[in-house]
Amino acid sequence: MSDKRLTFKKRLHILKHRYRDKKMAPAFNAFHTFLFSPDETTHNGSHVRAVDDLKRTMNTVIMALVPVLIFSMFNAGYQHYSAINGFPQEFSVTEHFLTWDNFWIGVVKVLPLLVISYGVGLLVEFIFAVIKGHEVEEGYLVTGMLVPLIVPIDTPLWMLAVAVVFGVVIGKEVFGGTGMNILNPALTIRAFLFFAYPTWMSGDKVWVHGARERADQIAEGATNVDAISGETVLGFLAQNKGAEMSYSTWDAFWGFIPGSVGETPTFLILLGGLFLIFSKIASWRIMLSAVLGSLFMGLIFNQVVEMGWITETSKFYGLMSYEFWKHLLVGGLAFGIVYMATDPVTGAQTNRGKWIYGFLIGFMSVMIRVFNPAYPEGVFLAILLMNVFAPTIDHYVVRGNIKRRMKRLKNAVVLPKDSDQEAKELKAETV
Amino acid sequence: MSKDIRIKKGLNINLVGAAEQTTSKAVLSNVYALNLEDFHGITPKMMVKEGAEVKAGEALFYNKNREGMLFVSPVSGELVEIERGARRRILTLKILADKDQETLEHAVPDLEKASIPAIKQFLLKGGCWPFIKQRPYDIIADPDSTPKAIFISGTNTAPLSADLDYVLKGKEKELQAAINALSKMTPGKVHISIGRSSSSPFAELKGVELHKVSGPHPSGLVGTQINKIDPINKGEIVWTVSAQDLVIIGELLLTGKFNGERIVALVGSSVKQPRYYTTKIGTEISTFLYASGVNNENFRVINGDVLTGKKSSQDGHLGYYNNTVSCIPEGDDYELFGWNKPVFNKISATRAMTFSWLQPNKKYDLNTNTNGEHRAFVVTGMYEKVFPLDIYPMQLLKACMVKDLDEMEQLGLYEVAPEDFSLTEFICVSKQPHQKIIREGLDLLHKEIG
Repeated sequence: MSDKRLTFKKRLHILKHRYRDKKMAPAFNAFHTFLFSPDETTHNGSHVRAVDDLKRTMNTVIMALVPVLIFSMFNAGYQHYSAINGFPQEFSVTEHFLTWDNFWIGVVKVLPLLVISYGVGLLVEFIFAVIKGHEVEEGYLVTGMLVPLIVPIDTPLWMLAVAVVFGVVIGKEVFGGTGMNILNPALTIRAFLFFAYPTWMSGDKVWVHGARERADQIAEGATNVDAISGETVLGFLAQNKGAEMSYSTWDAFWGFIPGSVGETPTFLILLGGLFLIFSKIASWRIMLSAVLGSLFMGLIFNQVVEMGWITETSKFYGLMSYEFWKHLLVGGLAFGIVYMATDPVTGAQTNRGKWIYGFLIGFMSVMIRVFNPAYPEGVFLAILLMNVFAPTIDHYVVRGNIKRRMKRLKNAVVLPKDSDQEAKELKAETV
Repeated sequence: MSKDIRIKKGLNINLVGAAEQTTSKAVLSNVYALNLEDFHGITPKMMVKEGAEVKAGEALFYNKNREGMLFVSPVSGELVEIERGARRRILTLKILADKDQETLEHAVPDLEKASIPAIKQFLLKGGCWPFIKQRPYDIIADPDSTPKAIFISGTNTAPLSADLDYVLKGKEKELQAAINALSKMTPGKVHISIGRSSSSPFAELKGVELHKVSGPHPSGLVGTQINKIDPINKGEIVWTVSAQDLVIIGELLLTGKFNGERIVALVGSSVKQPRYYTTKIGTEISTFLYASGVNNENFRVINGDVLTGKKSSQDGHLGYYNNTVSCIPEGDDYELFGWNKPVFNKISATRAMTFSWLQPNKKYDLNTNTNGEHRAFVVTGMYEKVFPLDIYPMQLLKACMVKDLDEMEQLGLYEVAPEDFSLTEFICVSKQPHQKIIREGLDLLHKEIG
């Protein structure tokens, strides 16, 4: 049979066998299994298998993130032009938001972040797979999508690349790859950026495209540009300037506010969360308990203000007096709860543990957000902290099961073996 | 007091090719074979040489670690081949059947008066002991031990498995005899579980503790029933016998003859007419497979059900413990974008662009494809939905993988058998071999702790 008559599928099959046991086999297989699900069959054990695999699971999370990504591309432009020209008086979605100008800013600023995130991250994954001789694992598919959505829009690409290398290597590969890591890789990348390049990650000049550039130009003496600022809702509150803020609660809910690239559209995040719960991919226990935890902490702060324990002169007044449920609409809380806290590898793994883990994430997020003097946000720190404690939580939950078993042991009916004499008789008679 | 067991966690896997309730007699096989893999953990010591003539019920070999535990031939004939593998390990014994069958007859002890050792000895000698299994470790029971209770599942919930109500019809006498003998060997009870609305022959038996179970698979697995009725603690031993093997034990007790005959369900989507056949242990599967006809060329023959069976072949033989032979298509083909396209024709435990949740009663034609590659454990909380035992499945699997004996013991490895992990293996996103992991864990624990 000539090569021309071979189907694409057949040709790949032949190539697969040619690559088998070669160094590059994992790299080839990664592309092959992307196109075709493999021809592998079961051995003994369960001869049939359910259709779900890790690729499908990860792909479902990516699907839940796509609306957020698209929104964030428009929002990048909307925030940029609104900062220059002022927010529109009578806002209309089609006229002011879903415009080509806005989208173009997204294409220029957001897409490169995505490309760098995936490009660098997957390259590291491929290199590790080839060196260690295991298959390329799917964990980075979600991480790569999350990373551009949780950084400020003007993050330099080289900085992101460095952070991604750090996050994938130190956050994941040193532990053994997907499924073995202790910290959420996307948040490790975020934390690296935050602590290594704090000036690029906080303040009022990083959340809107162009703000920093203009500030630099003005500092150098340029007079033909106006300074633009894009303070986040939390930023206003942290400085007790809540009254100067022009964003309404609805703006925060729909996401027409400045912030990290994809953290703002609470509505779309809510839809994504519901989709993940419906498809049974993410844990509703973590999401629900995290929401409850943040509401609880918010209520405590509101109560502190109500009791008159702190006054308007306190530097915490702005954030503490912020109505408790609004915490879910601003900053990265909703995004963190839906897409980051639910990471099954780094989160608690037992059902009861998930309730505790989620609740503490919500609780800590709001607490850190209010008390953090340098940076009014705490979701990523809260989740990373709870990542570290998740195995401890699970340990105690599993101990409960073990204790139950030990208790039962008291009533165990341990019967003696037949006496040696009887056993011998048995043997003698039967041989 | 009997206890009703309601299982909520689980999954019924509805497959095409359930057996129609008609039984025909399979043609007689020329060669019968015993596959030594069926007797896990047994080191065989041959008692007859290649070429020797044996009667049905005559011993072929015994357990080297427990002299006196005999394994007998299901038919009379000539031992034509002892197939050996690496390091001369015996793999298969093949017996060329005689035209006229002769059966070895033992003197039957009077069950009422006989002592426990005498009954044990009778079962050992008669070749019926291997049908009695024990937990912990899921191995053939140690005849010198005394179990705290004996458990028998009178209902099958595994996909396409034989309907026990149907195949045991009219066997009440044998069942009762076997129960009478077994109940003498334990100071505890003989627990039998039957389906909620079944007309099981077990319902009328005396001297048993009857339980009614309901709910999805694995409610019919004996491990689930033990866990709900009287879970095993460290140091305790329970025995389990599969319902159809009780008939062979009963017949030996009534007639003194070993009769390896049983009704086998031939099922699966690769079979044209799935139905029941009367045949014998060790028979060539081809003696009834082609009588029902096959739908395609490239299919897999499984000794047992699709979740726990052993891979066999078209010229393979019926296993020692099996009453189901499943034939399903091999899935050794690629599928374009199989990982992200919407799927309607396969079963899924999620709703991630998979739509089996829309039609819970639809019957599926599954093949042996793994539907994905082997990965480390990633997803959590899924196993718990199909695992009704009071055990943390993933934590136990991980303890077995890292060979942490303390952890294995504490997390409940004594209570489980590999088959209890067949459903978690089925839905596993990471395609881990759960049953193999548990089997290796049990073997290690057995070796180290004993």
